[in-house]
Parts: sequence; C-alpha cells; structure tokens
Amino acid sequence: MAKAKIEVPELQEYPEVPKIEPGAMAHLETFKAKAEFQEALGFPGELSDNWQEQAIEAMGDMLGKYRSLKVYMDSCVKCGACTDKCHYFLGTKDPKNMPVARQDLMRKVYRRYFTFAGKFFPKLVGATDFTQEVLDDWYNYYHQCSQCRRCSVFCPYGIDTAEISMAAREIMDRIGLGDKYSNEIIGKVYRIGNNLGLPGPALEDTLEGLEEDVFDDTGVEVKYPLDVKGADILLVTPSADFFAEPHVDGLIGYGKVFHEAGVSWTLSSKASEAANFGMFIGSYENMRKVSLRIREAALELGVKRIVFGECGHAWRVAYAFLNTLAGPFDFLDKNYPVPQHILEFTLGEIEKGTLNIDKSLNDDMVLTFHDSCNVARATRMGDKPGGQFEVPRAVIKAVCNNYVDMPEDSIREATYCCGGGGGLLTDDLMELRVKGAKPRMEALKSVTEEYGVTHMAAICAICKSQFTKVIPYYGFEMDQIVSVHQLVSNALILTGQNSEGEADESEEDAA
Amino acid sequence: MSLAITVLFYLATVILIAGLAYRIWVYAKVPAPLKIATTPAPLTKGGVALRLFREVAFFESLFKSNKLLWLLGVLFHFGLLLVLLRHLRYFINPVPTVIELVQPFGKYAAFAMVAGLLGLWARRFVIDRVRYISAPSDHLILALLVLIGISGISMTFVSHVDVVGLKSFTMGLITFDWRPLPSDLLLVIHLFLVAVLMIIFPYSKLLHGVGVFFSPTRNQVDNPREKRHLADWARKLEENS
Repeated sequence: MAKAKIEVPELQEYPEVPKIEPGAMAHLETFKAKAEFQEALGFPGELSDNWQEQAIEAMGDMLGKYRSLKVYMDSCVKCGACTDKCHYFLGTKDPKNMPVARQDLMRKVYRRYFTFAGKFFPKLVGATDFTQEVLDDWYNYYHQCSQCRRCSVFCPYGIDTAEISMAAREIMDRIGLGDKYSNEIIGKVYRIGNNLGLPGPALEDTLEGLEEDVFDDTGVEVKYPLDVKGADILLVTPSADFFAEPHVDGLIGYGKVFHEAGVSWTLSSKASEAANFGMFIGSYENMRKVSLRIREAALELGVKRIVFGECGHAWRVAYAFLNTLAGPFDFLDKNYPVPQHILEFTLGEIEKGTLNIDKSLNDDMVLTFHDSCNVARATRMGDKPGGQFEVPRAVIKAVCNNYVDMPEDSIREATYCCGGGGGLLTDDLMELRVKGAKPRMEALKSVTEEYGVTHMAAICAICKSQFTKVIPYYGFEMDQIVSVHQLVSNALILTGQNSEGEADESEEDAA
Repeated sequence: MSLAITVLFYLATVILIAGLAYRIWVYAKVPAPLKIATTPAPLTKGGVALRLFREVAFFESLFKSNKLLWLLGVLFHFGLLLVLLRHLRYFINPVPTVIELVQPFGKYAAFAMVAGLLGLWARRFVIDRVRYISAPSDHLILALLVLIGISGISMTFVSHVDVVGLKSFTMGLITFDWRPLPSDLLLVIHLFLVAVLMIIFPYSKLLHGVGVFFSPTRNQVDNPREKRHLADWARKLEENS
C-alpha cells in the first residue's frame, strides 16, 4: 500500500533529539469533512467569505468559556521545556510539531486580536493576522496532535497543548472546516450507535459467534448478552472489541471474568460504543450528546452499575467527564464507582480469589505494557493517585509469569502516545502515524533486545489498532500486540472447563 | 529628573497592581467546565495546595523536563527573590532583623540572577528549537532584566550609590512626603528600567507567575467520579435542551 512511500525513521539505541527541519510535515493534510457530515454535527458545511470574522468571534467565545485556553494563551514564557517531548516532533523533526510551536499557531492570532501588545506591536511579540496561510497551518498541525498531554507533564505551568488543539478544531468546525475522519464517525454514532456503524442485528450475530467460540474452546456456556433488561452491569466498550484483533480477545476475556464473578451483565445496542470522538474535536455539545446515550441506555435497561472496557480516550471521557456531561448518576448503586474500569473490576475479583488462574498458560510470552496516554495522564483507576499505572500491571502480573517494563522515560506519566490517538487513526495520516510511533518503537526495541520481550499489552482500542498497523514498518509482527484481558482470558480456567478440550482447541487455533 | 522618576514610579505601581488585579479577576471569572487535572493528581484540596507549592517553590515539572533549564531558572528566580528581599530595606524603617540577615546573601545573589539570565538567553541562540520559538519580545525582556541586574550590581560593587539619600527618596514615595533622588546616572537607569518592567508585567508573558495558580491541569482535585463538576454555562445548556 502506501508503505513504500513513507520514509520510516531509523530506530536509535540511545534516542536523540533531532535537529529541526522546518516544513517537514507541511504537506500532510487530512481529508476535510464534506458538508453533510459537518451539518449533522450542527456546524456549517463549508467556509464562508467572512470566515476570519467568524473564527475570531468563535475564539473570543471559547476564551470566555474555557479557563484553560485563556490562561494557556497568556502564560507561556517560551522556555522550551516541552520542545523535545512530543512524539510527533521526535518522529518528524518538523518544528511546528513542538508543543510550544503548535500552541503558537493559535497564540499569534490570539495576541493579534485579543492583547494590547499584539494589537499595537504585532512584530515585537510575534502576532499575525488570521490569514488563509495561518488557517492552513492550523488545519495541518492541529491534526498532527494526538492530544496525549505528554507536554503538559513537563510544562512548568501545566500548559496542555491538547486543550489548545481541541479548541482550534472547535473553532475550525464552527467556520465550516472540519476533519472527515472524526466528524464522519460522530455522525455514525448518532445514526447507528457506534463508530464502526455496526447495527444491532450485526452486533447480536457477532456476540452469538463469540459464545460459540468460547463454548468450543472451553465447554462452558459463557454468555455475551445484548440489551438484557434488569442486568446488574452495563458494559460499554469500544466497537472495535466486537471483531478486530486483538481487541475481540479482550472482549472474550471480559465475558469470562463476569461469568466467573457470577454477576449479570449486558451490552447495549444503543450505547454500543465507548469512544467519544466529541472530545477530539473539542466540542462540549457533541461530547455531551454522545455521552447521554450511555445514560439513556443505563436507564432503559435498569442496570445498577456501568463498567467500561479497554479504551484510552473513552476512559478519559468516562472517568473525568461522564459525571459532568451525563450525570448525576444517583440512580446507580452507590457502592461502586461510576463508571468503573473493567481492570478495576477484574483486579477486584483476582483479589477476592474468585478467578482460577493458571499463569503458566501465558508462559509462551514475555510481556511489556504500553501505558495509554489518556489513561495515564487524564484518569485514574482504583483509589490512589497512580492507580492507572498499578492496576493494569497488577492484573498482568497476576496472569503472567514474565513481565518487564520499558525504560522509565517512556512509561507511566511519561508514556508516549501510540501515534494514532486524538482522531488521527486514519489512513490519510499514515506517514504521521508511522513517524509518531518512533519513540514507542525505540522503547519496545530496547526491551526486546535486553529482556527478550515478545509481546506488548495495551488497554486502548486506538493503541491496539495503531500498533497492529504500524509496527510492521519497524520490523515487528502485528500479533505482538495483545489486549490485557486477552492475557486474563488465556490464563483463566473457567469453572467446569474441560482441560483436555482446551489442549485440542489450541492446536486447532495454531493450524 | 527626581520628579520624573517619582511620577513614573507611581504610574508603574498603579499599572502593576491594577493590571494584576484585572488579570486575576479575568482568570477567576472564566470557568473551567471540565476536570482536566494532569494525572496522577492529588485527591484533596490540601494535596493540590502542596502540588502548587512544589511547582512554585521547586519548579517540579521543569525539573522533570530538563535539568539544565531548571538550574538556570532556579538561579534566576531565587537570585531575584533574594535581591528583592534585600531591597525591602529601602521600604521599611527600621529594617527588620531578617532583612538585615539577608543583605550579604542578596548582594551576591545578584550575580546568580544575572548568570541565570545569561544562561537562559544563551539557550535562545544556541539551541535550534529554542531559537525557533523565540520572538523579539523574548530577547528584549531578557535584555531588560540583565540590564536591571547589571546596573544594580554596579551600584553595589563598582560605583557606590548614596543609600541614605536613596532611602529617604523611597520612604518619601511611600509616605507621600517627597524627597529628592540622589543624582546618580546608574541609579536613574536602574529605576527607569524597573519601572518599565513593572509596567509591562501584567501585559506580557511575565504574567506566568499568576497563570500557574489558575492552570486547571495543576489546580484541580482528582475527584470527578465522586463529585459532579458543572460550569454555569454548561448548566444553562442542560436546562435549555
């Protein structure tokens, strides 16, 4: 495919900060949304003649609604602490992919129209008019940010480029300049219920298929229920979990854990998607509308708890925003967090001892774990700060014998984005995705060589899709990426499971 | 000259205080509609206060980012802090013992301050990434601070200023009982540049000192599941839909 055209960066043993190459990624422009997709989200279909006026008005509106934007526009001192922190800069060398330079694309417009110095001494403070050229830069470079927040960890004022790229995308949407990938997907969620456009009947078929597969494998009737009224738990999971590899192995794992825990649960055809792309485009209204589906589904089904499957940005919206956008959830059982992460649930069961685990069933792998950016830097699991790092590792270590971490500067709060987050997981940005994966690939390579790591576990649908597609460019195999609940599923011996049957089936799988 | 500096200082003080108050009012007024703390984040308000304290007192995030930049930043800011403490002797009578004790440190801290500034300035030329992001104003603000530092150091170590006359001038400013400024070119330059700094402070990136306290990624408690967070404009949106 496009593989031949992309110049894949060479992995270095000791990663270095590259020399800047201005304009290196200026050519990369993601497809623009057609009028029908824009209008479905409540935005104008295309740019009008007075777009500049509209954009400045929209910016003024955002500055009055988001303290983050206002404070971050003013506070940067251009110290350069963030300049070597973005995976897209490290992979592409384009200086406009340095967080501060990406922010400056908006800051120079902000200064021109909203500050004293910029109005009267634009050259002095680097302020410019909002020209077509600036708008083109906005479109290209605000769609080269995966909103992973790594820069915000290192900024002495906590300036979060994600906030700025979200605001920029919202401003562009409001003047009729949207990105096809995200906006088309949000439309699909409104029309059909999930990002992939799987209608209810297809979902039902898929789940029946999973039940058969698990029965063939284990001899146990594990259920994957859909739209069951009165179930205790509503599971909301990214739609990729319904069929993509290795996502679906994770979904199989969730079902097995619920089965062994003896709880009643259900999926919903209305809320058949955990991801909320409204966040990527910075649109509070769209993010809220997508979130309300989950509230409605929970009310209609009469569940007591909401649990989210493995997904990074989805967990951010769920953990940090759901209560704001679609709360209050006073109709749910107050003894459990709303919402709860599937890993919190599974670790709870492991600690209670309800799961019969045989760790040796994962002995064919040496594992490492990729902290998903939005889980790591925008959410929590469990009741202690940093639980988002410890809970997944605790689960992996409870089901696997061989685990090592990647280098310290590439995990936990300093984790690198997979390269496909924030609404960039589209083929037209493949060059960016390949280059942006470089820092993670370097970290993976180092543990591969030093500790013989064979597989990298992930807890995000985007990470899983991005890595399976991109790691072959760096000489890895796509099946080296696994779901954490796939590992749980491998090691979990179900009550009444026929162990001989298991052996036979795994041979069949290999064939 | 004395009159001009007197007027300039009153003007600068009013602009500094009014400008800062206005900025703080604006930041306080704009809501933060979503919980966006950079995690791991504290679970309590006390924890947040501690996080902000570490950020302001130790430059915690900067330390994580870049050790040399952190060192230069610390040299400049803490040098400046000691220098400012030393200057309190011109505004308090009698001079408190603490300020007396600071004097010898403050004297040499000026060198740390200027060294830090020169290091920070050098980065804007030497490191290609930092060169790329530097605007003329970034250089000018550094130049201003360096000149303030050097003119101040010169009055302590090279050409001594009439500190008794200076104190009667500064106390006169506070008590509105105006006295002449000792006639000294270095002093006039020093005071003029300080007044310029005070005037541009609320309208430039120097405002970062205020910004950090209003930064939602740093000042929010990590409790979105436990406590519903809702901005006023978002509440109105809910009521209208």
